[in-house]
Amino acid sequence: MRAARPLAALGALLALLGSPAAPATGAERVTLPAGEFTPVVAPGPEQKTVAIGAFALDATPVTNADYRAFVVRHPEWQRGRVAALFADSQYLAHWRRPADPGPAAADAQPVTRVSWFAARAYCQAAGGRLPRWYEWEYAAAADETRRDARADPAYRERILAWYAENSARALPPVGKTPRNVYGVMDLHAVIWEWVEDFGGLMVSGDSRNQGDPDKLQFCGAGALSAEIRDDYPILMRMALLSSLEASFTTANLGFRCAYEVTP
Amino acid sequence: MASYLRFLALAALAALPLTAAAAAPDPADTGGSLKGDFGPPQGEPIRAVLTSPPNVPPATNRSRPAKVIVDLEVREVEKEISEGVRYTFWTFGGTVPGSFIRVRQGDTVEFHLKNHPDSKMPHNIDLHGVTGPGGGAASSFTAPGHESQFTFKALNQGVYVYHCATAPVGMHVANGMYGLILVEPPEGLKPVDHEYYVMQGDFYTVGKYREKGLQPFDMQRAIDERPTYVLFNGSEGSLIGDKALRAKVGETVRLFVGNGGPNLVSSFHVIGEIFDKVWFEGGTRFQENVQTTLIPAGGAAMAEFHLEVPGSYVLVDHSLFRAFNKGALGILKIDGPENKAIYSGKEVDSVYLADKAAPDSKAVETATVAAAKGQLTKAEQQKAGEKLFTGTCSVCHQATGQGLEGVFPPLAKSDFLMADLKRAIGIVLNGLTGPVTVNGKTYNSVMPPMSQLNDDEVANILTYVRNAWGNEDATVSAAEVAEIRKTTKRPAGAAH
Repeated sequence: MRAARPLAALGALLALLGSPAAPATGAERVTLPAGEFTPVVAPGPEQKTVAIGAFALDATPVTNADYRAFVVRHPEWQRGRVAALFADSQYLAHWRRPADPGPAAADAQPVTRVSWFAARAYCQAAGGRLPRWYEWEYAAAADETRRDARADPAYRERILAWYAENSARALPPVGKTPRNVYGVMDLHAVIWEWVEDFGGLMVSGDSRNQGDPDKLQFCGAGALSAEIRDDYPILMRMALLSSLEASFTTANLGFRCAYEVTP
Repeated sequence: MASYLRFLALAALAALPLTAAAAAPDPADTGGSLKGDFGPPQGEPIRAVLTSPPNVPPATNRSRPAKVIVDLEVREVEKEISEGVRYTFWTFGGTVPGSFIRVRQGDTVEFHLKNHPDSKMPHNIDLHGVTGPGGGAASSFTAPGHESQFTFKALNQGVYVYHCATAPVGMHVANGMYGLILVEPPEGLKPVDHEYYVMQGDFYTVGKYREKGLQPFDMQRAIDERPTYVLFNGSEGSLIGDKALRAKVGETVRLFVGNGGPNLVSSFHVIGEIFDKVWFEGGTRFQENVQTTLIPAGGAAMAEFHLEVPGSYVLVDHSLFRAFNKGALGILKIDGPENKAIYSGKEVDSVYLADKAAPDSKAVETATVAAAKGQLTKAEQQKAGEKLFTGTCSVCHQATGQGLEGVFPPLAKSDFLMADLKRAIGIVLNGLTGPVTVNGKTYNSVMPPMSQLNDDEVANILTYVRNAWGNEDATVSAAEVAEIRKTTKRPAGAAH
């Protein structure tokens, strides 16, 4: 009974924000308002900004507990059953059993070693989709008080500190970093996250190639240079996502879901 | 008449290139990539021997082109960059610089780049010895826990840098992602007694020079090109003490020296030696009798010299503040009989002691803990001070406090040091420029402010030097240092 009141309050809040219905499992959802945004890499030669429509986002990444519930309901996404085309050999390799994370993957830790296909299937089952890159970047540009904190060196320094450690350490539980101005947590300094359009990021792994006219032929906007050249945290995100194929999994790559909202 | 003369001159000029083209080919022209393809690989594939610095793999000793398989693993590892200072290096093969690769001109190299599952970043490799777009970068772009493969033919002989080229490329290089690949000429290199691998790099940390603890990468300092450290082989002390390079009198040493950058060029010099030959820029020609050779960021050189006189020879970047205030120092220790006919021996072994600055901060830690508890003894202070002195001060004042006459004033039995404690504290904190008289002799040089030292450390060092080598005095307390720090001013722009 004690838990009922905060939950009810939360429900009321979500209703106020115009969020979709609460999910069967998983994180609280928060709604981000529509806005005009200057991404680090411009969308086109003549276009510096993108218009982001309102959308809802999981406040925290999907956890092992959430993902276990998913593979129990959808056994075709269990380790050992999933087709090699959809997930590489390290898919959920750190879980004790196909439907049981075990001690090496605590309930509250973000799920990792999931492919893009798997992440997408999870979000579809939850009534949503993966966030698009610009949506993710839009949400991640905020700090606790500002919608766009990216020009603040202190903000960048704090994010960069995450890269001073490799991925051998245990992942922290979700929801322990401060909420940003939208109420979203863990966008930095916890894991890498899949996005819906990771394959269209158009960033060459060789960062010096971006002026190469050849690239236009192969991946359109790939010839575009970064608009904000010293935003290393975002450039590293983009480099990581560019190195992936949709079946790849890595030890610190997870995801969260986004949802359409009706205004 | 004038126009006729001009016609003649023009005709002569026009004829010049024709004459040159008609001449016999230059015998010194090795032909570059045009003559570097010796046909398909022969025999069974060979697995390349990779070595960690400062070691170099053995000569290929082959007379035919082969298929060579290179397995290189990328690891992100936390290691010591200086005494008590840790840094997360991104490495090729677990070391900075990365594993040394040795092949022969004309070899077909099948390259496997593995990115360890514990890596946070994707990585790739651009080898300057590759002919092809990106030097292999796009073909080797590899996510954590994955492996890429590509193949190239080594058409040009020489010593080449390789490095990571993943965005943001400067940061990957600043974190240590570079190394050397040697493409031997078809006839191989002349055998020598020792081959060593040394590579310079600049590093950018949030904390100042020698500030303890795990130091993250400082993006702004890197963009501003203001390194905290400039190092040989990825850490202060990598070529010092037990890890000094070694050889004997009468031997010939070959150094493969690279510069990973990402920002600085290196004025590479060995104090007390002259390079008999330098294959400058890692190319095919050598220059003889070279004192200092310039190594560009993303470039390399090969240097050979014969050893006549024993002693400790110091490798430096002759941009000297990098050497003495940012760490660009290494030691080549030469053993063997003195040769007084060549060198009198007076100062040979005294400039830098080989046992200097071996990373051991135990005495320092003990003193820190005791000071925090208010139980610091004079003996502990002296011990900690000695360690710190060896690491910082002995470079100029010498391990025995004798200084170098006319250059660095002595501390042992120094009237100047012992006369005024407050002045001594002030000099350590704020540096000293201009003439001073010590034991009756005039010295006119520059001591930089030791702004990396905290009050405890300065107190320990001064307690040590004021009670060593015949000096005798009371201890110096951190409070006394703090007082001077508060009441004196460091010259503008002199901080580390």
